Amino acid sequence: MQILKLDKKNLFDFILSLNNFGEVHAPVKKGDDQFVFSKITDLSSIELEYTRTILPPKKYLHPPNDAIFKFSQKEGYKLLTEELEKKYVIFGIHSCDIYAIKILDLIFAGEFVDDRYFTRRKSTAIIGLDCIPDDKCFCRSMNADFVEDGFDLFLSDIGSSYLVRVGTGRGDDMVCGAKGMFKKVDKKDIAEYKRRSDKKKNLFKVGIELSDLPEIMDLEYESRVWEEIGNECLSCGSCSMVCPTCYCYDVFDEVSLNAESGVRKKQWDSCLFKDYALVAGGHNFRADRSSRVKNRFFHKQRGFVTQYGRPSCVGCGRCIDACPAKINIIEVINKIRGVKL
Amino acid sequence: MSTHLTPVKVKKDIHQPYLARIIKVLPQIKDHLLFQIKFEDPRIVSSFTYRPGQFVELSVIGSGEAPISISSPPNRHGIIELCVRKIGRVTNALFRLPKNSLVGIRGPYGNGFPIEKLEDNNLLIIAGGLGMAPLRSLLWYALDNRSKFKDIILMFGAKNPDEMLFKYELLKLIDRPDMKCLLTVDKDEEGIWNAYFGVVTKLFDYIHIDPDTTYAALCGPPIMYKFVLKELLERNLSKDRIFMSLERKMKCGVGKCGHCSIGYKYTCIDGPIFTYWDALNLPEMIE
Repeated sequence: MQILKLDKKNLFDFILSLNNFGEVHAPVKKGDDQFVFSKITDLSSIELEYTRTILPPKKYLHPPNDAIFKFSQKEGYKLLTEELEKKYVIFGIHSCDIYAIKILDLIFAGEFVDDRYFTRRKSTAIIGLDCIPDDKCFCRSMNADFVEDGFDLFLSDIGSSYLVRVGTGRGDDMVCGAKGMFKKVDKKDIAEYKRRSDKKKNLFKVGIELSDLPEIMDLEYESRVWEEIGNECLSCGSCSMVCPTCYCYDVFDEVSLNAESGVRKKQWDSCLFKDYALVAGGHNFRADRSSRVKNRFFHKQRGFVTQYGRPSCVGCGRCIDACPAKINIIEVINKIRGVKL
Repeated sequence: MSTHLTPVKVKKDIHQPYLARIIKVLPQIKDHLLFQIKFEDPRIVSSFTYRPGQFVELSVIGSGEAPISISSPPNRHGIIELCVRKIGRVTNALFRLPKNSLVGIRGPYGNGFPIEKLEDNNLLIIAGGLGMAPLRSLLWYALDNRSKFKDIILMFGAKNPDEMLFKYELLKLIDRPDMKCLLTVDKDEEGIWNAYFGVVTKLFDYIHIDPDTTYAALCGPPIMYKFVLKELLERNLSKDRIFMSLERKMKCGVGKCGHCSIGYKYTCIDGPIFTYWDALNLPEMIE
């Protein structure tokens, strides 16, 4: 992999040059202490030291609301594809979120490939940025604190400059487009990168022990813990909305007033919603909250291991932040493991 | 972990149906109709193939989509038959459609029965109530390809004769010498039923199962599974030789939207046909 460095004083000029590759979005402040990925009009609004955004970057690839096609009695089904090829450059995505995109790739590929997702994926450039963990980050325990691919460029702070890993040909085009801003790394830069990387390892305060977790979860499938959490959960679905790897969606028709034409849409759904498994005729396969909570934890931490060899959780900490009932995934796993808190 | 990044120009979306026309509607039991449907595009008419046990997503313009199992056998080409119960928003809208209306169909989805595996064996089809809808495809596939199978047995139970799906078609099979068609009803208040009475498990008294050469295919209400499985295991049928069609909430049909998950699997791509062994090894599969 090509590894270069970018002097910090050139950062804004570099970001300006990225406009040639698409509409630049980056983390900015929302309210007092929250962050969102948003279109950048003022470079100084970019929050380089943000913790986590409210919504993960999945909103660009798998939008909360997405009109798939129009239909009418006369014309049948007409795909809506205009939006798909709009070019974006998302600057400042953390490792965990890049890892999460790689997990979404697996979901939307498979036997039936979702071309909408992959067209957007292709139109969206990803520029990673390293970060300092806070007290809710457990990406290291989920093996998502470092990514070796899934980005066009990845910037790591090494003091007065960023060490830049070039992941794709498009990333290389960006480097070439920013004439003279990128330099070769020297031994001192490498030493500083290693020093900071080492230091970061010790900053994680929380984590999930992954080895033997699948077995423990199978053994505790009937545990009373699920009922306890079910009693606390409000079924609001916040955890799934903010989760970078939750992908469930509803499919429905929006119809014109004369009922002759309309649009079929996808919209984020949550397995915690009461009607998630409700079928026509009134039978609900997961009527009680505890069964829905259990399903969510099992699918993330257990089911994914069978399907894809790892949990789908990347340890970003968003669900801990978002839950109004203060359900904390790390505490749930510890309870299941029988660890006294 | 590999990334799928080949450039794509979206020409077809996984959620996009093909237009199809309802060419005939055959009345069934109360609130059930059998729709004969033909794709508008002749290329799709000729390329649309499926396995017994697979389903399609049926769109009624303006009302949305519903998963419906295919009731016709794949060897009868050109039209597909969908047996639909009027139960929800989409099916209510479907029942209201004028003659020869257009609907949307995409699929086929799901794994279907592994027919290559079933061939050269005895086939025991056990249906309860509406479970006959998907199993009818398998039954007629086997009968249309009679030489590919050893003994064929159908055991089908309904509450009463008026609630027996495909009743007239199945009654004709009773006299067929190359199969055993055992039909039973719980009760018959009109006193016209002259086949069997009682729950479907009672029919086990009239058959013999060779566990080494028999495959069973089941579809019915959860309570039926419970008792039928017990009977099959008592007759030493291996759990791998029992196939069951399961139902869950479905939306996308293509393993993306999450709704039909049972344990770690998606009913829409890993199912709806599961062996009993699979079922036992997945949490929450059988209620």
